[in-house]
This record gives sequence, C-alpha cells and structure tokens, in this order.
Amino acid sequence: MALFSSHNVRIKGISACVPKNEYDNLNYRWIPLKERQQLIKTVGVAKRRIAEKGVTTGDLCFHAAEKLIQDIGWKKDEIDILIFIAQARDYHLPATGIILQHRLGLSTKCMTFDVGLGCSGYVYGLSIVSGLLNSFGLKKALLLVGDVSTSSVSYRDKSIYTLFGDAGTATALELDATAPPMHFNLQTDGKEFDAIYIPHSGTRRIADRTSHHLRKFGPGIERNMIHLALDGVRVFNFATMEVPPNVNELLASQQKTVDDIDYFVFHQANLLMNEVIRKKIKIPKEKYPYSIQDFGNTSSASILITLITQLREQVSSQHLTLLLSGFGVGLSWGSVILETKDILCSELVEV
Amino acid sequence: MNIEKFIQDIETEFEDLTPGALKPESIFRDAFDWNSVNALIFIALVNTEYNVVITADDLRKSKTVNDLFVIIQERIK
Repeated sequence: MALFSSHNVRIKGISACVPKNEYDNLNYRWIPLKERQQLIKTVGVAKRRIAEKGVTTGDLCFHAAEKLIQDIGWKKDEIDILIFIAQARDYHLPATGIILQHRLGLSTKCMTFDVGLGCSGYVYGLSIVSGLLNSFGLKKALLLVGDVSTSSVSYRDKSIYTLFGDAGTATALELDATAPPMHFNLQTDGKEFDAIYIPHSGTRRIADRTSHHLRKFGPGIERNMIHLALDGVRVFNFATMEVPPNVNELLASQQKTVDDIDYFVFHQANLLMNEVIRKKIKIPKEKYPYSIQDFGNTSSASILITLITQLREQVSSQHLTLLLSGFGVGLSWGSVILETKDILCSELVEV
Repeated sequence: MNIEKFIQDIETEFEDLTPGALKPESIFRDAFDWNSVNALIFIALVNTEYNVVITADDLRKSKTVNDLFVIIQERIK
C-alpha cells in the first residue's frame, strides 16, 4: 500500500507559465449558444489558455523554470536532478527533460528523465523527487510538470473541446534535514486505461493513414484515432468514488481531520466532479480554491496553477498545512499532506 | 429512500422542470432537455445523495423515472 511519509525535503519555490492566447468558450460555435452556456455553468470552464501550434509542454516548463531559478537565486550548475512529467511530450523520443537540461543551461552532471503521467503527475512527482534526493543524498532538484493537452483534442468533439487549458510548472526542491515531512497516498488502476487515452498513439497501434479519418461517435462528437478520447461517465464515476476514500485514508493515517487542513488544492478536473468530491469529504467551500473558470483543466499543472493564481499571498507569507490531490488518466490518483513555510511563489508567467 | 423523495431531488436539481410534472412513469428523456451534460448532472446527484454509481449503460437501459429508481434502490441495499 503506497501510504508513506517522506522526510528531509523542502519545497523552496514554485512557478507556472501559461500561453497568453486566451479562448472564450462562449465562442465555441460547433454547438448552439444555449449548450455552450450550459457547459460553462456545469463544467466550470469559462476561459482557458491555448498554446499556439508548435508551442510545447517543454516550452511552457522552460519559461516557468527560468523564472523560478532566477527568483530563488539558485546557481544552475548546482541542480543535480531534473524530472519532467507530462503526457504531451515534445517528442516520442528522446525524453523532453533531456532537451530542457541543455536549454536551461544545467550541468551535464545533472540526472534527468521523464515520467509519463497526467493529472496525478504533480503529487507523484513530489514523491519521486523526495525519494531520489533522500536515497542518493543529492541536494537540489527541479520538478517540471505540465501538459499541452489542447494539442490532441478534436474541435468537433463537444464532449471535451472546451475542457482543457495548457500550462507548464516548475518546483524547486532541496535536501534539508529541518524540512517538515510530506505524507503521501498514491494509487493506480490500469483496468480503466482506456477511459482516457489516445488510441493510435504508440506501438500498440501504430498510426497510419486511417488514423487521421474523422469518425462520428455521437451527436456533436467527431474525432480521429490520434485525438484524445475521454469517457466522461467512467472518469466521473472513478474520481467521485476513489478520491474521497483516498483523501480520508490519508487524513486518518496522520490523525488529522478536515479542520486541520488550511486548504485542499485539488486537480481542476471539472467543476461538477470536483464539487461531488468536495461534498463527499465535507470540505468547506472557502478551503477549496478553483482556477478552472479561468484556465480550464490544465492536467498535472492544475494544482500549481490554482496555488499561484488563487493563494499566492497566503503561500508566500504563511505557514500552511495543505492537502493536494491529483486524479485522472491512467487511471492514477494520489494525495499529499504538506506544510508550506517560506516558499517562494513566483508570479504567473505568460508567453 | 422513496420515489417521492427521489423525484423531489431531481426537481430541485433541474430548475427547468415544472414542479409536480415528473411522475414515476414519466419517460425521463422526454421530461426535460436530456443531453450528455444533464446525464452527468443526474449521475452527480445520485452519487452525492445516495452514494450510488450510475453508468452510461444503466441510463441506456432505463426508460422511466421508476426504472432509474429501481436501479438505485437495489444498489443501496
């Protein structure tokens, strides 16, 4: 059971970058205005940021990392580890993190690899970096997490076109014996791997000419086999049934209740789904911030986008206990309880 | 749980419904502007109120409000 605590690792700073290009979902003319309004009200995404064609997750993470390294004053040659987490990587190969090592001007003595996770990626990433710093006694690490999800979504698929926004983030972590512990609860269910997937995206089914043919899956839902397919009802049932017990188990393992947590910063999946989860855990509204209205579902970046756009003052100046939770593609989900003290929270970068 | 309470829950959630118009024998797809978003709202309502999971298949196989009520009642037990 992946319920564990990690010690000796401090979060020094966080940053995030989004494209300047904003899309107003009221302008989504594939469906009638009334349906657009209903979607915005129910799913909660009024506006979102879309990367221009050719702008990658690596690009957004690069800008977030440059800003963060500058703000916390790290020397680039001191960074021992760079971990990049995304579904939408710059290339199938090589790993995007490797390209970023060079682009950011980090030392060739830096250890780098990619992890293929989506919405659960930030929580998983914190545990991976904490484990690596502790096991190897390395000092400084950069965790770069995000996605350009809009790159694989069909305009003619009303079930998901208005949902996603693009973003990249950076987190600086360092080994520090005085750091407060982080408590994790990580889970996986590969049985539902095709609830969110791109059918012809790898070697199981190598894309060919037919992969590009648009097919009709229902009223207002047309996509090809290299577009993202998301089974809304299955994902909804998964998240609302699995996330509350995961969070409750984590709280109980630390003898904590909802009252002991200052803020619950959850993956911004879909307003309706996030509200069911909130009600089931009995989290008061004021402890449950949202960024989905302005940025949409930003995959693994959504927790940091929410922290930076909704709680920047509090995170920068107060000692807080937070519970973060990410859940989605995989299916993969996980939560962490951590304390924030003296975290540098960079201003949102827009490119 | 009883069907009156179930209908009341649905009427509270879907403001467009005329109170009292929905009956156990009503065809739910005709009773209001049924679409995928309304389906999700309905699934969310059942999940929150009764902690019961409704699948897309359950919705496909059901015609009336009572059909849905029976599925939920069986799963509560």
